[in-house]
Amino acid sequence: MTDDVAREAGHADPPPRMGFFTDTSVCIGCKACEVACKEWNAIPEDGLELTGMSYDNTQGLGASTWRHVAFIEQRVPAAPGGHEDVDVFDAARDLAGSPGGDQVRWLMSSDVCKHCTHAACLDVCPTGSLFRTEFSTVVVQEDICNGCGYCVSACPYGVIERRPDDGRAWKCTLCYDRLGVGMEPACAKACPTDSIQFGPLEELRERAADRVAHLHATGEGDARLYGEDPQDGVGGDGAFFLLLDEPEVYGLPPDPVVTTRDLAGMWRHAAAAAATLAALAAAGFAGRSR
Amino acid sequence: MAECHPVGFQWVMEAKARGAKVIHVDPRFTRTSAMADVHVPLRAGSDIAFLGGIINHVLRTGAYFREYVAAYTNGPVILREDFRDTEDLDGVFSGLDPEGRGYDPATWQYQGVDVQAASGQRDPQFDRRDASAPDVSDAAHGESHGSGGATIPEGRPESDETMTHPRCVFQVLKRHYARYTPEMVERICGVPQDVFRQVCDMVTENSGRDRTTALAYAVGWTQHTVGVQYIRAASVLQSLLGNIGRPGGGILALRGHASIQGSTDIPTLFNLLPGYIPMPYAHRDQRLDTFVRADAAPKGYWGNMRAYLVSLLKAYWGDAATAENDFCFDYLPRLTGSHSTYETVMAQLDGTCKGYFLMGENPAVGSGNAKLQRLGMAALDWLVVRDFSLIESATWWKDGPEIETGELRTEDIGTEVFFLPAAAHTEKDGSFTNTQRLLQWHHQAVRPPGEARSDLWFTFHLGRIIREKLAASTDPMDRPLLDLTWDYPTSGELAEPDAEAVLAEINGRDADGNPLSGYDQLADDGSTSCGCWIYCGVHAEGVNQADRRRPGGEQDWVAAEWGWAWPANRRVLYNRASADPEGRPWSERKALVWWDAERGEWTGHDVPDFQKGKAPGHRPPEGASGPEALSGTDPFIMQDDGKAWLYVPSGLTDGPLPTHYEPQDSPFPNLLYGRQRNPVRHLLRPPHPDNRYQPSGGEPGSEVFPYVATTYRLTEHHTAGGMSRWQPYLAELQPEFFCEVSPELAAERGLEHTGWATIVSARAVIEARVLVTDRMPSLTVHGRRLHQVGLPYHWGPNGYSTGDAANELLHLSLDPNTHIQEAKALAVDIRPGRRPRGPAAPELVRRYRRRAGIDEETGTAM
Repeated sequence: MTDDVAREAGHADPPPRMGFFTDTSVCIGCKACEVACKEWNAIPEDGLELTGMSYDNTQGLGASTWRHVAFIEQRVPAAPGGHEDVDVFDAARDLAGSPGGDQVRWLMSSDVCKHCTHAACLDVCPTGSLFRTEFSTVVVQEDICNGCGYCVSACPYGVIERRPDDGRAWKCTLCYDRLGVGMEPACAKACPTDSIQFGPLEELRERAADRVAHLHATGEGDARLYGEDPQDGVGGDGAFFLLLDEPEVYGLPPDPVVTTRDLAGMWRHAAAAAATLAALAAAGFAGRSR
Repeated sequence: MAECHPVGFQWVMEAKARGAKVIHVDPRFTRTSAMADVHVPLRAGSDIAFLGGIINHVLRTGAYFREYVAAYTNGPVILREDFRDTEDLDGVFSGLDPEGRGYDPATWQYQGVDVQAASGQRDPQFDRRDASAPDVSDAAHGESHGSGGATIPEGRPESDETMTHPRCVFQVLKRHYARYTPEMVERICGVPQDVFRQVCDMVTENSGRDRTTALAYAVGWTQHTVGVQYIRAASVLQSLLGNIGRPGGGILALRGHASIQGSTDIPTLFNLLPGYIPMPYAHRDQRLDTFVRADAAPKGYWGNMRAYLVSLLKAYWGDAATAENDFCFDYLPRLTGSHSTYETVMAQLDGTCKGYFLMGENPAVGSGNAKLQRLGMAALDWLVVRDFSLIESATWWKDGPEIETGELRTEDIGTEVFFLPAAAHTEKDGSFTNTQRLLQWHHQAVRPPGEARSDLWFTFHLGRIIREKLAASTDPMDRPLLDLTWDYPTSGELAEPDAEAVLAEINGRDADGNPLSGYDQLADDGSTSCGCWIYCGVHAEGVNQADRRRPGGEQDWVAAEWGWAWPANRRVLYNRASADPEGRPWSERKALVWWDAERGEWTGHDVPDFQKGKAPGHRPPEGASGPEALSGTDPFIMQDDGKAWLYVPSGLTDGPLPTHYEPQDSPFPNLLYGRQRNPVRHLLRPPHPDNRYQPSGGEPGSEVFPYVATTYRLTEHHTAGGMSRWQPYLAELQPEFFCEVSPELAAERGLEHTGWATIVSARAVIEARVLVTDRMPSLTVHGRRLHQVGLPYHWGPNGYSTGDAANELLHLSLDPNTHIQEAKALAVDIRPGRRPRGPAAPELVRRYRRRAGIDEETGTAM
């Protein structure tokens, strides 16, 4: 059903829906994706600020950051070792006494525009600058955007943003220009560990399901997919993730909903309210005339 | 590795996906740790204690690969009676000369035989080998081998195959490491015993017939006063476990830049000629033959050193090099001692060294004791800097730290500084040689902008112009330059020399000018030329073998048709060791090369690193030399005896066995021996007021510098920053210098996250933003809490992303073999707030020195 997205948008006989599967369990935080993205798309540098948020000085997706690697430092309980000669009481004392009893876990995850099945940014765009490509991705055309900013508040993930100097909205195009000539997006090309995988969405979903099953089998019980479910609030993402913790930990909304989902209902309610008002007004006039 | 070599780390991730376990040993929790199965934080500077502990574990529990050790290492070899170990002499070996602060390695030799090292310090043997000769030229006659005892150069050293003789290497090794117990490891390194045992179990369980373990180190391991011995300790461990010469094994040096391997193969080092041929020392009347006799090993492939050297001289001087004139051997420069980069600085300061080329190097940020580097440059007549941007080494004379403090004044500096923009690798042809000795060719993608030129262009045209200027000279001093073969074809508007023509010269040619296909073809009579014997074959049949790019999916797992690996396109060195003494693979799972008895030759997946037709049962005839002197069970063919050396009888300046000494500046005493530091570490002379050492261990004043600091790199930047701090896309990822400290240290010293810290050593004071993080854990060392300070060293005052240079803090006490600085373990103080400005900064350092009672003698005791 989700593969019909392009067809629904008017593309006759489109290629398979293409997307990203970002497997954060093998992300080494090298940020090659961030640099490759900026290089290929000629995105400006957007600020030198030491944030103190671990090694994340990028902070988030925005008009001039289309790939963003989050770094999350965590203290986790030491994994139970398989060694008989470990004194459990010592181990317990360690755990209770000092932070040394904990282990460090460092999560890294490369975030990107989700290329939603139901894309609110596209729904609200009044100029047609945002459009659905034949690959079912969502692209904003900078020569058409008038900078109204409706898309910015519509995005449930806070991805798209206006650039302060020119006022137009910018975001990941999933390297539409590269796709057109059969190349993979720059970030996926640069990723040394295949944390960012590009391909037909159906295939990526199968691969991701296998990967989660493998991680569960090897003791990573918290591994889960994010954004792969066509039944979720945005109809599933064209760019989905394998996470090792709750989405909130990575700064991702746990239950995103396309902001235009209730638009029809809202219009219905508004129309009803307007009708009621009109009726009341009419009644008022009617009363006066009495 | 993920931190500094993210692209290479993809193979670790691939191995992990196939079930490999990854152990990461590092003071801090890095991007590598995040991917590792086990992270082991330890005190910076304690690695030999850690590795020695594993060696002890392996020997004590019998986890070593007995057949491999007995057949392929020097474990069974018996040492001389007068050898004394650190066990006997409380932390030093026999032969220590307190006056000369050095070792005479004579007593380290095997019983009966004088063994030449395959690399390292070879020439110190020269005089001893010729001890009886008042004139070196006499060395040609008679007793050139052996010293102070029996000389049977063609004989085998005495050995005991059962490895039970009390003086055999194996037993000496056992005694040497017996004191490296898990308890000691815990106290010295701060690694809890259960974690240490887990590492021991993981490594030993993954080694043997069916499995192999690889050790990978970043060059930080070399940056200690015992740096070479760190690598040696790894070699001992891997040899004991049978992890050398086999697939999935080895010790991999992850280099600091692209092609650093290439820059030691075709060296930028003062003491080497191409292919690890030693640079001759200035001995009176030394001729080619006496040099070869003193420096070549009689057996193994170094036995053919004369052929390699003569072919090199023919490549340098072509027709001018003849048998009559010793192939221009006299044209080679001569060493008069160590001329390492740090001694060059001292020579600048004393006025001996007057000119300096910096090509892609930024010592004002990247070298140890950056201030001394700048002071040295300020004493030059001229300085040439070739780089992409105006790095600190090009501008220190107008805006360096000493200008701010008033220690230097621009108007007083006489150095004439030339800045020449350099082309990037994408703007020129050439090859990279990676850590696996793999040459990969790259092609020019775009023309260099503006006046930027390649290093090849610069060097070639500089040589061309100098030769033109000297063309009329009759001074014999100029003959070496005028006789050089300097005729590389150029092309295009820029007259760019043809890089492949250089590669062809390196590859070598026969008497008719045809390309050679391997170093076996090199002759010592002047009929062949070869710019680097180990690279011979890279241009076989006139084809650039380094330019091969057959995808991995289209060939077998060895992928022999991707690039070209020296020597002879072998992907695993010493791979004869992947088969048992009879020539059968140790296991099917780990098969690499094997003996095919029917065809009477070695075969396998990789190119066998052995004489093709030499049967496993072959025993050399009496009097054989060179490769012919090795038996069919001597896999380590570059070694004089064909064995992996658990114990090093010659070639090292600081001892035959790795031994734990504390770093030059350490808050802790040496718990293992009465000797605090490496007794023969290389202290820079003469003492310089900006190179003071600190009190250590229990010495009064050591409490002034209570914390251990270590320097390192981040993924986002490149070494001293010349390639990254000027790049907006990289600068914004790590925008300024910071230090990393544990929450405990932050609490102890009142350091605030993202606030400022001032870090002080006896050399300098710097400031950094603070990251308080659990990734920099505090450890329990010697029973007390130790906090470590992490310092990425990329920054300097220039560029887009700026900060103080961590290397300002370093002292120049060096590894005595390699003369590399001790950047990875030093003692410092840290306090909150920004550092003083102007003259107040050096004044703060002087105050610290006074508090710690530091004078020029401090820390110099042997």
